[in-house]
Amino acid sequence: MTPPNGHLPTPASVDDALALLRAGNYVADRSLATAVYLALKLSRPLFLEGEAGVGKTEIARVLAGALGRRLVRLQCYEGLDTASAVYEWNYARQMIEIRLAEVSHDSRQTVEEEIFSERFLIRRPLLQALSPDPAGPPVLLIDELDRADEPFEAYLLEVLADYQITIPELGTIKAPAPPLTVITSNRTREIHDALKRRCFYYWVDYPDAMRELEILRVKVPGAAAALSRQVVGFVQLLRGEELFKLPGVAETIDWANAIVALDRVTLDPETIDNTLGALLKYQDDIAKIRGPEAARLLGQVKAELATAPAAR
Amino acid sequence: MSVPTTLDPGGTLAANLMHFARILRTAGLPIGPGRVLDGLRAVAAVGIQNRADFYWTLHAVFVSRRDQRDIFDQAFRLYWRDPALMERMKSILLPPALGSGEAKQPAMSRRLAEALHRGERPSRPPMAEQEDTIDMAMTWSDRELLRTKDFEQMSAAELAAAKQAMARLKLTLMQAPTRRFKPDRSGTRADLRATLRATLRSWGDVIALKFRARRRRPPPLVVLCDISGSMERYSRMFLHFLHALANDRDRVHTFLFGTRLTNITRQLRYKDVDRALEKVAHAVEDWSGGTRIGKCLAEFNLRWARRVLGQNAVVLFISDGLDRDAAQGLAPEMERLHKSCRRLIWLNPLLRFAGFEPKSLGNQAILPHVDDFRPAHNLQSLAEIAVALSAEHPRPVRGKIGAMAA
Repeated sequence: MTPPNGHLPTPASVDDALALLRAGNYVADRSLATAVYLALKLSRPLFLEGEAGVGKTEIARVLAGALGRRLVRLQCYEGLDTASAVYEWNYARQMIEIRLAEVSHDSRQTVEEEIFSERFLIRRPLLQALSPDPAGPPVLLIDELDRADEPFEAYLLEVLADYQITIPELGTIKAPAPPLTVITSNRTREIHDALKRRCFYYWVDYPDAMRELEILRVKVPGAAAALSRQVVGFVQLLRGEELFKLPGVAETIDWANAIVALDRVTLDPETIDNTLGALLKYQDDIAKIRGPEAARLLGQVKAELATAPAAR
Repeated sequence: MSVPTTLDPGGTLAANLMHFARILRTAGLPIGPGRVLDGLRAVAAVGIQNRADFYWTLHAVFVSRRDQRDIFDQAFRLYWRDPALMERMKSILLPPALGSGEAKQPAMSRRLAEALHRGERPSRPPMAEQEDTIDMAMTWSDRELLRTKDFEQMSAAELAAAKQAMARLKLTLMQAPTRRFKPDRSGTRADLRATLRATLRSWGDVIALKFRARRRRPPPLVVLCDISGSMERYSRMFLHFLHALANDRDRVHTFLFGTRLTNITRQLRYKDVDRALEKVAHAVEDWSGGTRIGKCLAEFNLRWARRVLGQNAVVLFISDGLDRDAAQGLAPEMERLHKSCRRLIWLNPLLRFAGFEPKSLGNQAILPHVDDFRPAHNLQSLAEIAVALSAEHPRPVRGKIGAMAA
């Protein structure tokens, strides 16, 4: 559906935004679509918080795909600095250039201008995102901002305010149009309010059973409807347990894939025990659920599915 | 900028939105005039045909943390159903109004209730405040008022002495290397950018190598302080200590625990120690009760550890290790805490007795999992903690495993 050139139109209403996400195989709440629509319409960053594996990063990917924009991803980590986030000079080539200039007896002025030209500039994600793009402003994904440290957050504040970057040797580079920025955080620390204030905030929650079933239908088409219902029912019950890390949507999808790969058409206690590693990532959690607890939960799921009218 | 007027010539929406924002602000959400304008623009973009869309539009603008969602939700439901109702509620006593108007709704958040209330009486004597608190607390079934404790009981002389001592207590925390660099002559890595500049200056004849080294910075500090009955004589003193600690540096998180865990980081941010402790007294409900160390640590590990220990924090664990649950489930939680932090320091006031040996079940469960074990019963010992914190002994590689095997 991506045309070879030209901009795809941005959605004109919340319904359009919902349809856009759906077209990219992302099953979204209307509330999320509202936040996405606002971010697109008012050209503000979208700030997504939520537990790991609820599909925060996926939103940026889907937006880039559905709008036909380039996705520029900046993965954050502690100590992320301008050299790896924004730009870097190619020092080795610059050094060689100096030696060459010496041989050809260029004037000092020319050499300096030559050395600090775009030819020697290595563009990192933030600078890439501000550069003009034929497909329209890129989607800038700043992933797991909570992993970066406070100095980087402060720098980001400056970039997101004006969408421009100043390189001392080269001057200021300003984006022709602001990129569509998506910031995600797993909340391993609180992001400063000053940054959040400039964004539209959305807490990505675990989906309810209906939506999760829909997600499975889209993402794991190989799973039989009955199996999907059991998987979703089981995961939903699991999220009510006292676990160290609750399974996210990504885990549900992994698990369903694992069960399909094992050629099972319904859940049984043995299969659950063997594949629990796809769903739970802490040994304590696995030990707690494996065996009788899993069997009990499965019984509950089956009882619920038996009483509930088969909707589909 | 002119969007709001085109949307709503009468301006009632703008006025309503402003009042709504004001109520949220009083309830503690950081909403300035800029955000109100943002809200108007966002509403203009989405339109107001659909109540759910309207809700999520304002949500996207006004909410910026997960814990603000409930406040927003309640305020939205109350305000946008009937703004006048909100006004009426401000003028009458809260609890009865809640009972009649919102019978089916979950109990209104205390912060929102106080926000409504505060608008009514901006300044009030401290006595009245206390009465309010008791009144409100009785009406919320989900909060149990275990015991209220008044900080005023602290004698003036005692307070003054403690204050002075705490103010003098300077904590130079150990410096941990970060992943950032600064120019440094004796550094071990080449600073290519500076090198290139220097080379250009000398016109390429000499390549003058410049160096850089890792920047160092104190790691975050997390304090878990026991406020149970057996610790009563010390917890007051420690609170002053914790306040000094929290105001001395950034990245300090403070938790109190007795039978439950309370995060008092925000309350301690007040510069004035009296005001801060008054806020703390307000927030904590289990002063001088029993201790459930295992349960509280489990809660910390589950809800907070991944948020506050993420950057390799140092943990100060202040407790006498006397546990009402007979150390049930304490050891594994302690082990998990130990494994997820840089250094775990246990301050135990009982160590003041010369012959004290940590023989209680709680102590036995905790001891194998701490890096450092120190007394904390007077100002002298608190000053010594400062030394312990500033010393940089990196935990030996076998430390975690060795401690478990021991």
